[in-house]
Amino acid sequence: MFNYSILFNPNVMYVVLGCLLMSVSASTVGTFTFLRKKSLIGDAVAHAILPGICLAFILNGTKNPLYLIPGAFLTGWLSILLVDAITHHSKIKQDAAISIVLSVFFGTGIWLLTVIQHSGMDNQSGLDAFLFGKAAALTSFDVWVFGIVALLLIAAIWAFYKEFQLLSFDKDFAQSIGYKTQLLELLLSGLTVLAIVTGIQAVGVVLMASLLIAPAATARFWTDKLHVMIFIAILISSVSAIIGASVSYIAPSMPTGPWIVMVLSLCAVLTFIFAPHKGIVVKWLKQRRNQQQMLEENILKTFYYLTQTTPDSDKAYFKLTDIQKQRSLRESELNKGIEALISEGYIEKQNDQYYTLTKEGLHQGKRVAHLHRLWELYLTEYLRIAPDHVHDDAETIEHVLTPELQERLEIILGNPEIKPEVK
Amino acid sequence: MIQQVEQPLIEIHDLTVTYHRKPVLWGIDFTLPKGIIAGIMGPNGAGKSTLIKAMMGLVPVGSGYVKLFGEDLKEVRAKVSYVPQKESVDWDFPASALDVVLMGRYGKLKWFQRPRKADRDVAMDCLKKVGMEAFANRQISQLSGGQQQRVFIARSLAQDADLYLMDEPFAGVDIATETAIVELLKEMTSEGKTVVVVHHDLQSAENYFDWLVLMNLRLVASGPIKEVMTKELLQETYGGKLNILTTVTDLLNKQDFPIREK
Ligand SMILES: Nc1ncnc2c1ncn2[C@@H]1O[C@H](COP(=O)(O)OP(=O)(O)OP(=O)(O)O)[C@@H](O)[C@H]1O
Ligand SMILES: [Mg+2]
Repeated sequence: MFNYSILFNPNVMYVVLGCLLMSVSASTVGTFTFLRKKSLIGDAVAHAILPGICLAFILNGTKNPLYLIPGAFLTGWLSILLVDAITHHSKIKQDAAISIVLSVFFGTGIWLLTVIQHSGMDNQSGLDAFLFGKAAALTSFDVWVFGIVALLLIAAIWAFYKEFQLLSFDKDFAQSIGYKTQLLELLLSGLTVLAIVTGIQAVGVVLMASLLIAPAATARFWTDKLHVMIFIAILISSVSAIIGASVSYIAPSMPTGPWIVMVLSLCAVLTFIFAPHKGIVVKWLKQRRNQQQMLEENILKTFYYLTQTTPDSDKAYFKLTDIQKQRSLRESELNKGIEALISEGYIEKQNDQYYTLTKEGLHQGKRVAHLHRLWELYLTEYLRIAPDHVHDDAETIEHVLTPELQERLEIILGNPEIKPEVK
Repeated sequence: MIQQVEQPLIEIHDLTVTYHRKPVLWGIDFTLPKGIIAGIMGPNGAGKSTLIKAMMGLVPVGSGYVKLFGEDLKEVRAKVSYVPQKESVDWDFPASALDVVLMGRYGKLKWFQRPRKADRDVAMDCLKKVGMEAFANRQISQLSGGQQQRVFIARSLAQDADLYLMDEPFAGVDIATETAIVELLKEMTSEGKTVVVVHHDLQSAENYFDWLVLMNLRLVASGPIKEVMTKELLQETYGGKLNILTTVTDLLNKQDFPIREK
């Protein structure tokens, strides 16, 4: 059994709180990184931080975050400036510039790390935790430092919200109304580096980019409003941080960082499946609904044609085989459609074999047949398409024509007589 | 034909702009009076967008200077509105039409300050002026190209400026809307405002503009439209660009411009 009470241990609370603060600040800043199409930069910065941390350690001989953060910040920021400089002054594209900078900095970092490990400096053990994160080892002091950094970040984003929004959407316009866009960009990239520097403590260099970008990319699926998007990104990352950190304690051999990223990825996958408008499920449901609607309307229409061709309308009862003679429908499909139509009150079952249209069903069937005819006429008379080519087209269009379109078609075509199509 | 004016609203003196040492504008030198609609025309790649950007300080200027209202841009920024080419932004950005128009008010807001209710009123009003009020809350990626362009024009109107520099504001806009917006701009010039429009349609130019600037990397002509719309100057501007030119010469042979094709 898991020992849940461990979650209320103060040390564990520090870790959960620390992860929460880091994830929240990373996702807030990450929203703008994502919107400015600089997602890959996050990866470069995360890797470029390593040499800074090593250098700071070599110079100060301590793992105190107050000394490591400035070092990390320096090389991280340097990498952003370098990527910008390379893309600006040469023909190298951004993605190539990022990979160059990333590998040079990270390579240097790994080299420095090896030097430190062989130097015999005391207390160097654990420095490599930056590669994979060391959330489980966070102390209350760490949490204080990161908490303050996180609050600063969020306050800065809040304060410059409209400036960052305009900068991300239309930089030229921002400059034209007098915004100091270069300064704003510098500020935003500084905030990004700061968020990455702190976030790395939770998930490590390799997974940092996803902590920065995944919440924003996921949130974009749920909303078209920037402030809501930031809010959702924060929500997703908080949930992931809390669950990730807790899971790693409930099952102690599990690392925290990867769990946070796992939960984030799960949120992303669920979003791609269930999001409104763009999600897979919604699209699938819509498709199914359309198919069902087409099936039902086709049955009603066929019933209507049959009714019209029966001289005595009091005896307009038909068997399912009559329908199948007119339309090739699989029996299972036909039964499904008939059942639905009965429950909707468009068709009544007379006895074991015979079915008839209700008054409403007759009306619906007539409507579909009418639309079918309208579209056929429109194609033949207005677009001059040969009459023997128009039927298949009308079969689809009859289901999508809206009442407004119907009205417009009636205005140009009059109210044509419906030709029952009976084989 | 380059006509200079006394007390110009816009003065461009010997302006040169280069991209990566490739000169794009060569010694551009002209002046525009106040209270007119001026068209800037020339073939693709003639440097029209670059000229407007240079006027807005968005590209580094090699030599020469631009003066607006007789002063440097930074003294008069609040009086100038810029409409970038629509393609310069990502329309997938999470914002509604109203959000974008509200951006036109940001210049009047201080740091930290959020758009006020009055700013919303102005923004709505400007959307109405371009016939887009029904789309105020529509996500911008779900607008058609012409509607997006109208949102940009509305944003510019929301700035309530005295000088408007518009880069192809009518690209993709339907004739009815275009005519309505030109009427609106004419009204604004009668109140003493000045509008500069990059435009591509020679046929409508004469109806829209009081003044015309023709350019092709260098300045070809600048003056009242009647004097600049000549076969020779157009040929000089578009020379070599056969398709447009043949249409234009045919047109000019008739010596009168039809108001509009039905
Ligand atoms: N950022 C840039 N870097 C390098 N060259 C550029 C850049 N922007 C424009 N150019 C070049 O400068 C020249 C003028 O471009 P500009 O966009 O000003 O033309 P334009 O008259 O606005 O054309 P269009 O009618 O197609 O909008 C072109 O040859 C173009 O290739
Ligand atoms: Mg242009």
